[in-house]
Amino acid sequence: MIANVWRWLADPANWSGATGIAARLVEHVRYSAIVLLIAALIAIPLGLWAGHTGRGRWLIATANAARAIPTIGLLFAISLWLGPHLRGDLAFSLPSIIVLVLLAVPPILAGTYAGVEAVDPAVRDAAKGVGLTSSEVLRQVEGPIALPLILSGLRSAVLQVVATATIAAYVGLGGLGRYLIDGLASGLYAVMAGGALLVAGLALLADLAMAAIQRLVVSPGLRRPPTSPRSTFRRAARSARGGGKQTGPDVVDPSGRHPTTSATPADR
Amino acid sequence: MTWALDHAGQIADLAWRHVLLAGIPLLLGLVLAIPLGWLAHRVPVLAPVMVVGTGLLYTIPSLALFILMPLMLGTRILDPVNVVVAMTIYTVALLVRTVVDGLRSVPGDVDAAATAMGLGALRRLWQVQLPLAVPVIAAGMRVAAVSNVSIVSIASLIGVAQLGDLLTDGYNRNIPAELITGILATLLLALVFDRAVVGVERLLTPWRAS
Repeated sequence: MIANVWRWLADPANWSGATGIAARLVEHVRYSAIVLLIAALIAIPLGLWAGHTGRGRWLIATANAARAIPTIGLLFAISLWLGPHLRGDLAFSLPSIIVLVLLAVPPILAGTYAGVEAVDPAVRDAAKGVGLTSSEVLRQVEGPIALPLILSGLRSAVLQVVATATIAAYVGLGGLGRYLIDGLASGLYAVMAGGALLVAGLALLADLAMAAIQRLVVSPGLRRPPTSPRSTFRRAARSARGGGKQTGPDVVDPSGRHPTTSATPADR
Repeated sequence: MTWALDHAGQIADLAWRHVLLAGIPLLLGLVLAIPLGWLAHRVPVLAPVMVVGTGLLYTIPSLALFILMPLMLGTRILDPVNVVVAMTIYTVALLVRTVVDGLRSVPGDVDAAATAMGLGALRRLWQVQLPLAVPVIAAGMRVAAVSNVSIVSIASLIGVAQLGDLLTDGYNRNIPAELITGILATLLLALVFDRAVVGVERLLTPWRAS
């Protein structure tokens, strides 16, 4: 069985052409990138606004609760409802893209909101005290401090989108999911297992890329080695103030996720 | 509504399968995550390795993992065991981290007092650390429970029967009532799982009742 899968993956003929692995891979990455861009453009400003003003908390709560809806239910419902009103390729891709955006927004929104909300009030006061306006506080202080959590929200969204784009092949979206769904429909185990390996590899690479970006982009001032005495002291000071270790930027950890902020749960 | 009433028997059967496919991995995952988390807690060098390792497992998309299971287990693609093992992997991935966090939440002086009273490592774990870690572990279990119920529905794409069948069938045969029933039933089941975990947590931590 493993040999068959390997043979399928290693055959150059399977890699070229409009429905070849290379083309499907590009398609998958393109859909995911478009979706994440749209979702980030919606969720980051909204999360910054909610965190900065303290308003719109219901929005975050609603988005979080909506995550419990099974993804394939959402996918099928929107395809069934929207599909007949669309023509051509759009009938297949647009419903999927809408669902993927809907799934990517909550983790980014939650991460951004949590990031801004967790900013130490003393830091905020100090920024106001030196004369920054409200929007400067947001852009120059709260934004950069919230960045680690915004990125970890984005990282969860990336995984969610790459995974769900695979499932969306069932309602006609292109990408690597085609191999899983078509292989399943025609009973070709080598094709679906080969596709599954490619999808798993893509998800892993995307996650590693996000981890690298997290490392590169986050301000060095927010990063501290967990073993230095100074950080231990600061952490102790923080917990003495009543903030658990879940607040603050030290949530950035090797896996980049934390139960309270991670998007993972809902489903993939 | 009439659709749901007409098919009550079928829905109940699928719901029970769903309970098993989501619930068994939840319990198995917890049983596996406790020793792993304890080990990571006792041997700090292992902690990052385990957290990163389990984190990587969690990145594998569910449909891909379901399909890859026969390759590793030698099962057939329609075998529900694939789904149980895959869901157990996800649960362990989620809970190892939670168990470590939970054990870390136990105050050091409590642990020291238990040691001073002559409790060995295992009895300390069982009688002191785990009971005190229940609230943190329960929080992780709630996340895992809701996420399991949701992910299991995807297994209908590979032909393993549970509530997700209502979703695929409703879509394929264009029966919106069936699709909506499937979504609501899955949500309801997630809620039941969540409440069940909270109920067990209350039973295990009577001192926190207020």
